[in-house]
Amino acid sequence: MSHLEHLTLKVWRQPGPDAPGRFETHVVERISDEASFLEMLDQLNERLVAEGKEAIVFDHDCREGICGTCSLMIDGRAHGPKRATTTCQLHMRSFSSGDTIVVEPWRAAAFPVVRDLMVDRSAFDRIIEAGGYITAPTGGAPDANLIPVPKPVADAAMDAAACIGCGACVAACPNGAANLFTGAKIAHLNVLPQGQAERHARAEAMVETMDERFGSCTNHGECSAACPKEIPLDVIALMHRDYRSAKITNRRDLSRR
Amino acid sequence: MSVAAPDRPSGAAARAVTGTARGPRRRRAFLLDLYATSVGKKYAMAVTGIAMMGFVLAHMVGNLKMYLGAAELDHYAEFLRMLAYPLAPKDAVLWIARVALLGAVALHVHAAWSLTVLNRRARPVRYQTARDYEEASLASRSMRWSGVVVLAFIVWHVADLTLGVTNTIGADGTFVKEEVYDNVVRSLGRWPVALFYVVANLLLGLHLRHGAWSIFQSLGWSSPRFNPWRRAFAGGFAAVIVVGNVSFPVAVTLGIVG
Amino acid sequence: MRLDAKIPAGPLADKWDAYKASAKLVNPNNKRKFKVIVVGTGLAGASAAATLAELGYQVDAFTFHDTPRRAHSIAAQGGINAAKNYQGDGDSVHRLFMDTIKGGDFRSRESNVHRLAQVSVRIIDQMVAQGVPFAREYGGLLDNRSFGGAQVSRTFYARGQTGQQLLLGAYQQLARQIGLGGVRLFTRTELVDVVVIDGRCAGIVVRDLLTGEVSSHAAHAVVLATGGYGNVFFLSTNAMNCNVTAAWRAHRRGALFANPCYTQIHPTCIPQSDESQSKLTLMSESLRNDGRVWVPRDADDRRAPGDIPEDGRDYYLERLYPSYGNLAPRDISSRAAKRLVDKGHGVGPLKNGVYLDFSDAVRRLGRGTVQERYGNLFDMYERIAGENPYDVPMRIYPATHYTMGGLWVDYELGTTIPGLYAAGEANFSDHGANRLGASALMQGLADGYFVLPATISNGLAPLLNQRVPGTDHPAFAAAEREARDRFARYLGTNGTRSPDWFHRELGRIIWDYCGMERSREGLEKALSELPALYEEFRRDLRVTGSGEHVNQTLEKAGRVDDFFQLGMLMCRDALAREESCGAHFRVEYQTPEGEAQRNDADFCNVSAWEWTGDPMASTLHVEDLAFEAVQLATRSYK
Ligand SMILES: Cc1cc2nc3c(=O)[nH]c(=O)nc-3n(C[C@H](O)[C@H](O)[C@H](O)COP(=O)(O)OP(=O)(O)OC[C@H]3O[C@@H](n4cnc5c(N)ncnc54)[C@H](O)[C@@H]3O)c2cc1C
Ligand code: HEM
Ligand code: HEM
Ligand code: SF4
Ligand code: F3S
Ligand code: FES
Repeated sequence: MSHLEHLTLKVWRQPGPDAPGRFETHVVERISDEASFLEMLDQLNERLVAEGKEAIVFDHDCREGICGTCSLMIDGRAHGPKRATTTCQLHMRSFSSGDTIVVEPWRAAAFPVVRDLMVDRSAFDRIIEAGGYITAPTGGAPDANLIPVPKPVADAAMDAAACIGCGACVAACPNGAANLFTGAKIAHLNVLPQGQAERHARAEAMVETMDERFGSCTNHGECSAACPKEIPLDVIALMHRDYRSAKITNRRDLSRR
Repeated sequence: MSVAAPDRPSGAAARAVTGTARGPRRRRAFLLDLYATSVGKKYAMAVTGIAMMGFVLAHMVGNLKMYLGAAELDHYAEFLRMLAYPLAPKDAVLWIARVALLGAVALHVHAAWSLTVLNRRARPVRYQTARDYEEASLASRSMRWSGVVVLAFIVWHVADLTLGVTNTIGADGTFVKEEVYDNVVRSLGRWPVALFYVVANLLLGLHLRHGAWSIFQSLGWSSPRFNPWRRAFAGGFAAVIVVGNVSFPVAVTLGIVG
Repeated sequence: MRLDAKIPAGPLADKWDAYKASAKLVNPNNKRKFKVIVVGTGLAGASAAATLAELGYQVDAFTFHDTPRRAHSIAAQGGINAAKNYQGDGDSVHRLFMDTIKGGDFRSRESNVHRLAQVSVRIIDQMVAQGVPFAREYGGLLDNRSFGGAQVSRTFYARGQTGQQLLLGAYQQLARQIGLGGVRLFTRTELVDVVVIDGRCAGIVVRDLLTGEVSSHAAHAVVLATGGYGNVFFLSTNAMNCNVTAAWRAHRRGALFANPCYTQIHPTCIPQSDESQSKLTLMSESLRNDGRVWVPRDADDRRAPGDIPEDGRDYYLERLYPSYGNLAPRDISSRAAKRLVDKGHGVGPLKNGVYLDFSDAVRRLGRGTVQERYGNLFDMYERIAGENPYDVPMRIYPATHYTMGGLWVDYELGTTIPGLYAAGEANFSDHGANRLGASALMQGLADGYFVLPATISNGLAPLLNQRVPGTDHPAFAAAEREARDRFARYLGTNGTRSPDWFHRELGRIIWDYCGMERSREGLEKALSELPALYEEFRRDLRVTGSGEHVNQTLEKAGRVDDFFQLGMLMCRDALAREESCGAHFRVEYQTPEGEAQRNDADFCNVSAWEWTGDPMASTLHVEDLAFEAVQLATRSYK
């Protein structure tokens, strides 16, 4: 087990949503390369508190890459330089002594900065509330095996459902678009037999809720590259397809009435 | 000092979230309703993009006739005007095509414009340090600029070869539209013009390299069968257009044509 | 105080149906006259809030997370049990019931456990209908895997992300209700006190983590689904923000706290790599299905694992427990590992782990199948440990993982404070002295989806049109004042040490003396050191910043304060329980082979502690456990 002797951190500090922010420079010494990026920040915070300064605010919880709470734009990359890895799973092995590391919060109109590196990602929840579910009140469900799901379909749903709602896609997208997140959530439910009844209503409601808050997708593909769960761009195509047919079915329904 | 269903929290419970699901929102007529959303605008961009791709390809192929000599090219232009004659009056089909194209460009540009505005609003505070892009390409990030230049090119180009405003006066002192071959040669004979053509078409190629892939995603055409080929198609299409179109000014400058 | 568990009369198998048949109901139009507060949006909380709202109650849901779907349930990997018997391998409600009772070393309540086993069947139906992408067979039917402590395959799973998929399912139902207006959601809002008026829970006091504002919320019933307290150990597999505050504050207001010393150590975690480490990462127990656990026979065998021949390896679980082998229950396999590491057989740079070897599995099933089953777990391991498990055996070591103890609840999940309920890991649960793998998710969802909705209406019906105190009652104002003063005190101490420092020290003491193995003198030592350290915490704490904006140091201070008080209670409970059972292992009480030695004559009971104002002087009450369907036997996994 070895150490990184010397690191220079440029960290974004911002007292509140509307207050102006600035970079603050800190030097950290003798960081174990077994430590995670957040553990490195922990050590810095310990020192700041000891010096009577305020600890740097950042979101985190599980530190296992599954809860989606951690964030951070590290050296211009959402979740840092390592592919398919959340910030909490990013280990200092990925850096070398002497590096200068720049840490910014994720920036998007829909993700206002709360303080320092912490942002508010609740816009994602509004998208789910609009239709990101299968209506299945408790108690009424038939026996689980009455709905056979072909393995490939179950796997496809699972691939999309792996999304941890971290927001890296929005942070990384040059347009601040949430198409990968929304696409993943729609794909998860729309490929499953259980999800067919609400398929089009779901796509329509979720896309239009997304539309009110985020940028538009011009297919840069940056989101998928930054996604810690490597959600594929296909989910975006699927969403665009279902939304299109949603609008057309929807029109037919109206004309029938 | 007590209530039947206590729900007033002391202090401001401003942050309580509830009833967020959108009620039936006012809907416009079908297509307008679709176009009102960014996803709908992308459909429009894709469809108009495809139309324009079709034109550019056909146009390039048609122009290849100039290598067969003046007669061939002029006759080809004549042929375009005579499409479906006598069923339809002279120029009719051409005009329909022109109007359609004009509409496509207009719609394409409007969508591009409004999406650009939307995207700027989506990130009012930009990142304060350089981004380190992994996937986003020069092509994908320069769509707006390449597009604008192409637009400028089209305007100038039409004024030049169709309307003749910017073209040098013909042999007998006036711009003769029918002398397509001579017009081209005269126009491209001027090196700044030739250079402009080259640059514009390189940018068009860049625009198409991303655009011709982008259409698949925008329209939701995704299938394991052809997905691996989508980028290849875009690259190939862009290459064909660039090679064909750039060859003309080069050929004229080198005197191969003319 | 006599503890009434309110167990319905009648034969075990009919109790739940009998209860539901006789439970009082609230008619649909009256439901909206009732306000229910649900604290916690994990599996238990989200499912309860969603279902109560579906039924028509006004629900307020609280979480300190930024969104409900971050709850720690998300981290569960392995799977969820249910007595579906889809594999036709002889499973049944009764067998799941028996396994759970036995796994819990006969320290859980028969009636609750049997209800859990009954309800388990419907949980899977519910989750599948909601679109949880459980693993499937090629025919499209649900797949199962086997799990520790069971001889049947009854565990349903979604890759290595079962908890995530279940939580997303429950969260989506909650989101739907938020969208429809049935639930009011309060995020980044932490419960800091529970208000009791005239012996009944009248509501809660919360702190807005963004503004520091303290406010009150009144309700007809309050549900705490706030998770476990494993983080009292500082290093555990729990998420960084898991804490005992909600349950502890309720305890201080009169809710008895049951079996605090029953804390589970999980056998398969990645060993600590250095001092700076902030948490331990679990490798799902399901790995034990195909992985073989071993250490070098020779304590100072320095060879690389690959170079150690079969006869140089000690597959100790297979040797000691032939019938269960690598699938022996958690407490047993954890202690076996600890003993060998203590004897110097440990592997890895710090000699602090044992091998979990997949080479046989890869040979038997092929790399493809192994990847299919454990792919993302292997990736996770490689990301953290920097080694590839396909080629080099994993290194694992036990770590704190789950807490069986919690708020004491009766059959209706009601605490000893009327109107206050506890669900999920927050209650002392159905797992006795040790929880079987894949049973916590089952319990959380059983409580939230099926049990609480039935029992709460039974509790609310009598209150119809009765007036209950609102937030303008002085008791709320008083509780708010106390909370404000408490946080002001943390800010005002101006000592020299951060909350994290104290947390680390606290964790060290608890792990050393109240961890995998406990002894009288060890516990007495802990009980002499803890009050001193706690005193220092109150004198020497330093919290920077202010209380009017996000201040994670301040949040931490409050949580560590409660962990200290809990820690003392844990040690006292461990000391008072003079037997070994399940995860509670007292070195003084073991069989010649070193297995847990129960003392059913004196300790076939639940210890429930009452707060007296001094964490070192809580009073003990017991609920005796009566076993009708099963007869007490010494657990044997040989
Ligand atoms: C790494 C890991 C793997 C696991 N794997 C499995 C497995 O494979 N199978 C299995 O059955 N079990 C497993 N478990 C156990 C299981 O995940 C948990 O016991 C279960 O999810 C607990 O759910 P819960 O709803 O009770 O609490 P949680 O999911 O922990 O939710 C607690 C909620 O309460 C909120 N909260 C807490 N305190 C407060 C407060 N003071 N104010 C406001 N809100 C508060 C939190 O915000 C959160 O929303 C695992 C546990 C861990 C740590
Ligand atoms: C006239 C000026 C033009 C402007 C301002 C313009 C601008 C843009 C912009 C901003 C985009 C969005 C980027 C994206 O969605 O990937 C775009 C896409 C596209 N453009 Fe253009 N463009 C113009 C002309 C053209 C021309 C002449 C063609 C074809 C010959 C073309 C073909 C395309 C295609 C195929 C796309 C992809 C559409 C999609 O992603 O669905 N554009 N254009
Ligand atoms: C270097 C390559 C090009 C050459 C040599 C060329 C040549 C010509 C000529 C000779 C005409 C006049 C035809 C007529 O009046 O009958 C013309 C018209 C036109 N060209 Fe091009 N062109 C080129 C590239 C392009 C490109 C890239 C575009 C669009 C992106 C384009 C768009 C048009 C349009 C819109 C017209 C008007 C059509 C009409 O009004 O009938 N051209 N071009
Ligand atoms: S799609 Fe990927 S990047 Fe976006 S929220 Fe989900 S996990 Fe994060
Ligand atoms: S990066 Fe942005 S533009 Fe689309 S493909 Fe991803 S959302
Ligand atoms: S902290 Fe949970 S994903 Fe990083």
